[in-house]
Amino acid sequence: MTRIARRIDALRASGRKAFVAYVMAGDPDYDRSLAILRGLPAAGADIVELGFPFTDPMADGPTIQEAGQRALQAGMTLHRTLEMAAEFRRGDAQTPLVLMGYYNPIHAMGVPRFLSAARAAGIDGLIVVDLPPEEDDELCLPARAAGLDFIRLATPTTDDRRLPQVLRNSSGFVYYVSITGITGAAAASAAEVAPEVARIKAATDLPVLVGFGIRTPEAARAIASVADGVVVGSAIVAEIAAGRTPEEVLDFVRALAAGARGG
Amino acid sequence: MAQDLSNALRSGPDERGRFGIYGGRFVSETLMPLILELEAEYDRARNDPAFAAEMEDLWKHYVGRPSPLYLAERLTAHLGGAKIYMKRDELNHTGAHKINNVLGQILLARRMGKTRIIAETGAGQHGVATATVCARFGLECVVFMGAHDVERQKPNVFRMKLLGATVVPVTSGRGTLKDAMNEALRDWVTNVRNTFYCIGTVAGPHPYPAMVRDFQSIIGRETRAQMLEREGRLPDTLVACIGGGSNAMGLFHPFLDEPSVRIIGVEAGGKGVDARMQHCASLTGGRPGVLHGNRTYLLQDADGQILEGHSISAGLDYPGIGPEHAWLHDIGRAEYVAVTDEEALEAFGLCCRTEGIIPALEPSHALAHVMKIAPELPADHIIVMNMCGRGDKDIFTVAAALGQEM
Repeated sequence: MTRIARRIDALRASGRKAFVAYVMAGDPDYDRSLAILRGLPAAGADIVELGFPFTDPMADGPTIQEAGQRALQAGMTLHRTLEMAAEFRRGDAQTPLVLMGYYNPIHAMGVPRFLSAARAAGIDGLIVVDLPPEEDDELCLPARAAGLDFIRLATPTTDDRRLPQVLRNSSGFVYYVSITGITGAAAASAAEVAPEVARIKAATDLPVLVGFGIRTPEAARAIASVADGVVVGSAIVAEIAAGRTPEEVLDFVRALAAGARGG
Repeated sequence: MAQDLSNALRSGPDERGRFGIYGGRFVSETLMPLILELEAEYDRARNDPAFAAEMEDLWKHYVGRPSPLYLAERLTAHLGGAKIYMKRDELNHTGAHKINNVLGQILLARRMGKTRIIAETGAGQHGVATATVCARFGLECVVFMGAHDVERQKPNVFRMKLLGATVVPVTSGRGTLKDAMNEALRDWVTNVRNTFYCIGTVAGPHPYPAMVRDFQSIIGRETRAQMLEREGRLPDTLVACIGGGSNAMGLFHPFLDEPSVRIIGVEAGGKGVDARMQHCASLTGGRPGVLHGNRTYLLQDADGQILEGHSISAGLDYPGIGPEHAWLHDIGRAEYVAVTDEEALEAFGLCCRTEGIIPALEPSHALAHVMKIAPELPADHIIVMNMCGRGDKDIFTVAAALGQEM
């Protein structure tokens, strides 16, 4: 059983919603980024998504785009991201760590080399935005064979005809993108999201977590009430961009996590 | 090598949209259903005689096709070797080859019921062509253009505005074609239900590389017929410039299975293809990677971060190249070379003075390579270069590069 599956089971057993926090590795620099990363589990993150930067993040809005630029300027690479993950893992054996980004840096490293490095660093799952099911032999199938979860995005355009294909090689959880749009865009309402989550849950046993556009504890509470959990990225990254200290960023994460749990 | 070629070089891509290992569909899930819908609609359209008839009619009466195949006598005499023909696609309505493809895509968008058209543009030629055809059919048009290119291609920006398009300057990255394409993809993801993305080159996710190639292949089909009529035989060498590679693929494709025809693509060598990356020669100086929906040769660093190239020509200023070119390069069917800014400028001047044709900076690169090879070839050797755009848009850039007052 993977670390993600164990965490999901534990959440289900206690009847809690999952709260997933996203940060960009190396934003604003390696040390402060590591400090935030290490603090996320205690601040309430059940699962951590660690972004690795790419020059051309086609599915991201300005907030994550700029985080990637800050990280790249501070010297972050995929290799250094895996080093950061390993440092995190040395101090935390329980919290699932999901790597999120675009395919080209992985392609440049080479898939076999990447997978063994990711395993060694304690990575549990991957979200790669520009790898739809049509390209599963590129990374999804080798990653599953290596014991990593491959978490797929389902979107409002993923219709019932296509949904089984999207779910087929998915594992860990399903990441439902609440809007047609880029990260950091306007949020969908819980009323819009609820039937979509129900539609996906009818087709899979995996938990369905909802992300994109969730910016406040109130929104986290509303969306979590109609799903298995929520993912927050841009709103946390915006705090980092505003120059907050790691402690201040983690305070904001605590409020989001409390919101997601209905507190 | 030529004798060993099978008869199948024109049959790609495969059902996954791949040319060898290149191409594919590397896009986010939000776009995937639309891309499959587009592929299905394109398959129906290309087997529909009514679609072909509508294209033919517009090409003839709106664009002015066929474009002439012109014997450049004074240039031939000046270079003193091979006989040089120019395929005059700069005489098309809007002044470049781009409209060949735009017409096809806009007719498809109409079939699919899309009411809003978006496009990326580098030099502005594709943006102008898209704005033009959208005006012709009464469609909303939004063109994404790198802020750096907005600055160096002002005449085309104004033309797009006159045609009723909204031009969105893109400030992310270095503000060139790659960044414009990122922003167009972001818009598409956001407005996927009513919007058609009209890609200007033979790149992007399948089916774009094949579809744009098919629309541009009118260039090569005409060239073939015109050359047979004029000379009674096929040309010996084809030369075309390459940014993404649409004019080149349009000229090359109908000749791929003719082993006697030598095929040369000319990339933008900028200030020289060396470790400083002051160029845009993806095949000469890059390696395979994944960007903008396809696997192809890219300018990138060891970490897979995309590098900013440089070219005097905004239309060639792109760190990738169409996947079919990447494949033709690997199998050796086409040769790819690089030409510097300086060589392109010299060819630009020579063409103005010897032929009375002001070429765009993009085909000036092709012409610069013709200048290198023509003198060494015999008088009965026939070269066709694709004069894919006119140079009116570039006179400010050229004046600045030459240090001259307008």
